[in-house]
Amino acid sequence: MRLRDISLNNLKRRKGRTLFLILGLTLGVTTVVTLISVGRIMNEDISRKLDAFGANIVIMPRSDNFSISYGGINIGGVSIHAQSLKDSDVSKIRLIQARENINVVAPKLIGLVEIQGKRLPIMGVQFHEEMRLKKWWKIQGAWPKGPDEVLLGSEVAARLLKSTGDSLKISGNMVRVSGVLEETGSQEDYFILGDLGFVQQTTKKPKALSLIEVSALCNTCPIEEIVKQISAKLPHAKVTAIKHTLETKMEAAHHFGKFSFGISIIVLLIGGLIVFTNMMASVHERKREIGILRAIGFRKSHVTRIIFLEALIVGLIAGILGYGLGLGVSHFISPILTSMRVEKIHVDPFLALGAVLLSSFVAIISSAYPAVQASKMDPTIALSAL
Amino acid sequence: MSLIEAKGISKIYKTGAGTVEALTDVDLRINQGDFISIMGPSGSGKSTLLTILGGLNHPTRGELIVDEIPVYKLPTERLADFRREYIGFIFQSFQLIPYLTVIENVMLPLSITDRPSKEQSRVAHEILEKVGLKGKEKRLPDQLSGGEQQRVAIARALVNSPPILLADEPTGNLDSKTGQEIMNLFKDLNKEGQTIIIATHNTDNTAFSKRTLFLKDGKLKNDSRIPHIP
Repeated sequence: MRLRDISLNNLKRRKGRTLFLILGLTLGVTTVVTLISVGRIMNEDISRKLDAFGANIVIMPRSDNFSISYGGINIGGVSIHAQSLKDSDVSKIRLIQARENINVVAPKLIGLVEIQGKRLPIMGVQFHEEMRLKKWWKIQGAWPKGPDEVLLGSEVAARLLKSTGDSLKISGNMVRVSGVLEETGSQEDYFILGDLGFVQQTTKKPKALSLIEVSALCNTCPIEEIVKQISAKLPHAKVTAIKHTLETKMEAAHHFGKFSFGISIIVLLIGGLIVFTNMMASVHERKREIGILRAIGFRKSHVTRIIFLEALIVGLIAGILGYGLGLGVSHFISPILTSMRVEKIHVDPFLALGAVLLSSFVAIISSAYPAVQASKMDPTIALSAL
Repeated sequence: MSLIEAKGISKIYKTGAGTVEALTDVDLRINQGDFISIMGPSGSGKSTLLTILGGLNHPTRGELIVDEIPVYKLPTERLADFRREYIGFIFQSFQLIPYLTVIENVMLPLSITDRPSKEQSRVAHEILEKVGLKGKEKRLPDQLSGGEQQRVAIARALVNSPPILLADEPTGNLDSKTGQEIMNLFKDLNKEGQTIIIATHNTDNTAFSKRTLFLKDGKLKNDSRIPHIP
């Protein structure tokens, strides 16, 4: 027999008290796990929405020439003669240290072409990247599938009297209109969107880029850091973060994080208080028993260890139960708080370990005073029968 | 050389009404193999003397030496070790741990030693057989009679092979027949060389001991050796 057998047997014998102890602490751990899990899902949800929202970094050539506004911000130096960005710069962005945070890199070349005697702006893009970046775009027709297809902005389509399926002659090349972009209220309405390679060839600017839009996942890495790293790789370019949209969105998540932290502390304090009052009552009830143990040669440290072992057992059970329950509760709550549907419960071993450690820590800290009180008991007073 | 030597032991308790002198200048020598009954009326200081002899209760004055160890000069944790190594306590109301089985109650003093579990179990089984409780190892205390519970308490007190067995009113909660059985068990243990000291107000019990101490108002009034053991 070992000390742990005494602790275990006592917990088994006082089933009601043990259940109440476990329940109190489980409630605390469940709340913490739920708040952390929901917080994470909310962050993921916001990140997902941010990704869908579009670029949060714009890379432009360094220039004092402000001629074109795009995407709500001025893109200095974007003139039809500017060629300070190259195709090769795109791959450099993918080489930065925080490359895992780079979601979409969408290079663009802006130029002018003459169609039906009208000089119209054209934008060369990589459609597969653009599709991922501009998820809110609604197209009558389809995204272009190759260099012989273009997408027309709503204003351009109206001006050229062209619609989906029509053909266009751009600088001697016949292309098909695969779709017309529904009115976006932005500059794209006035653009012809064609394949980047095709536009580079048509405008006679091989490998040239006017700007690069980047969508970075800023959840785990501050956007300033990503901007800094891209700037270091592209010293000839001006890298700008569209911070206002990001900060507004992330602020909500941070507020929830702070709220969760506050609630967690309060709930854990309540859990700790339940353990404390229970352990104090238990020590008081077991005065006689502690007296016997001290009389037959148990050291103060042995008595303390019995109390701490009981707290640890309760803490471990409450930690495991609290983690499981917290996962379950967050699974049901998350779809209500966010637009995300949680398909399957994701078991995070670090959160599980954290929950068990936190629960054990709270149980042991809350039992410290009762344990010391128990060890200080005078065996002769505890054994009133003597 | 005596196994136990008490020199000028006094104990004063502080109460709300003032102080009570429970023991006054008790001098005592107890040899290895003694069987002593401490007699006296209620409040005479029997239990106080027993707890002081057992290293449980610091005397206000005086010195206790057991096997050349100045007991009350030991630090607190060493004093606990002393109790474990030298003393086996038996209480009037048995004082078994209610949620532990008979065998677990007996193994309790061994649970804080380095002895392997198998060894603990073997020793506990041997002792239980000796006190006549073979086959009742898995029972809980409340499934036993008073006499059986006291036997478990005796087994627990003996399991560490302590040189001294202290019993406070060991038959106080038992009927006379069961009380006699317990006293016979003590007599047998004493015959094997076990030093036993019991505090009792039952004069019948003194017939089993070799020596009787009489306490009155905290003072040792008489110390008589009984020549014939029944």
